[in-house]
Amino acid sequence: MDMLTQWLGWLPSLAPGLLVSLQLTGLSLLFGFPLGLLFAVMAAAKFAPLQWISFLFVEVGRGLPALVLLYLLYFSLPDAGITLTSLTTAIIALTWNTGAYASEYFRAGLAAVPLGQKEAALTSGLRGWTGFRIIILPQALRISTPPLAGLAVLVFQGSALAFVIAVPELMSKGFEIASITFEYLSVYLLTAVLRVTHSHFPGSGPGAGTPPRPPPATQLTFAPPIQGNPAPQPQ
Amino acid sequence: MIAELLPAIARGVGLTLYVTGASLVIGGIIGLSLVGAARSPFAFVRGIATLYINVVRVIPPITWLFLIYFGLPQFALRLSTIQAAIIGFSVIASAFMAEIYRSGLLSIPDGPREAAHALGLSAATTVRHIITPQAFRVALPAIATYGIGLLKDSALASTIGVREITYYAQQSAKQTHEGLLSFIVAGALYIVISLVVALVSRQVDLGLRKKIGVA
Repeated sequence: MDMLTQWLGWLPSLAPGLLVSLQLTGLSLLFGFPLGLLFAVMAAAKFAPLQWISFLFVEVGRGLPALVLLYLLYFSLPDAGITLTSLTTAIIALTWNTGAYASEYFRAGLAAVPLGQKEAALTSGLRGWTGFRIIILPQALRISTPPLAGLAVLVFQGSALAFVIAVPELMSKGFEIASITFEYLSVYLLTAVLRVTHSHFPGSGPGAGTPPRPPPATQLTFAPPIQGNPAPQPQ
Repeated sequence: MIAELLPAIARGVGLTLYVTGASLVIGGIIGLSLVGAARSPFAFVRGIATLYINVVRVIPPITWLFLIYFGLPQFALRLSTIQAAIIGFSVIASAFMAEIYRSGLLSIPDGPREAAHALGLSAATTVRHIITPQAFRVALPAIATYGIGLLKDSALASTIGVREITYYAQQSAKQTHEGLLSFIVAGALYIVISLVVALVSRQVDLGLRKKIGVA
């Protein structure tokens, strides 16, 4: 069990890296999901420039590889006179990426709510924002939760990319150890194991991208609590 | 400036396409056998295939590349950067493609298979002529989407030194100090390629749909 003792020896130096990875993922999800919802709502707006802005951000965020997005922000922001730490840059890049992908899931969720619901809300006197917030949104969130949980795992994987702009996350810590000990295979296996064990957020296993038949209730903390039956009670 | 950057960065388009295409094809073929194994009557084979698919999908692509490129030489298996990239992405693509095939197969109702059975077609003929054409039609948009995703993932190959778009963009950024511009050029190249792929797949999809409409 030579490898296991090796691994135990490396764990203390990898742990801070794992913490940074989790922090990066957590913050990107925390900012990215609301951003995605905002983009999705903007895409459905009646005011055309809002649609264009949403289109631009979503298509750039989805169209560029996350790696290119990271490089782009990391090398170009200083030109514009903005100097951020590599961690902040990585959070911004991953947030953009997450927001762009999440907006498509939110859009699909919003589109999947039957039109009748909206009409029913209108007839019950719930117009505009109120109707959207208490009738449409809870149903849409419930539909888009399984793919969003899958996205969360993908973002956790994507956080490994921050390695290329020198964020001290799991991958860079692994690279550090590997370049000292030359045990590349062993170190990267350990980082892979750490990632696999931490990919199992509650309810977002590897298969979470393909929803099971009755979609489970919301498990992500960003979702507002869903009342059992959101039907309004008109007087 | 763009006139100088564009040709310098466009040199990488060939390798980007090569790595993406080769991985998609190899991964697609491995994925076929994987999905067969995942639906096999033997629980053991099923378990192995499911485990493979899940483990491959939760490990980040960059970790795969580093494992293969930096890790395998420890066992005297030295690969060139391009070989390592193609092997890495093929492994990843095989798991994702297996999932795509699975969703395609699941969308086929039992009826056609039972009808084929009733007509006395053998199992192989049923799969070849009845199930696969229908499943392929369902899976095509997902395959195209994954192909575009893989195209973007292939940017990672630059981290192990494959000379593709991102690699040249990084080089130009270092040489000319035009970081913003060179990565914008690289991004534009990726967007153009993925748009072409999306358009072609939509045309093929429409063609297939028309075929059903006529038949």
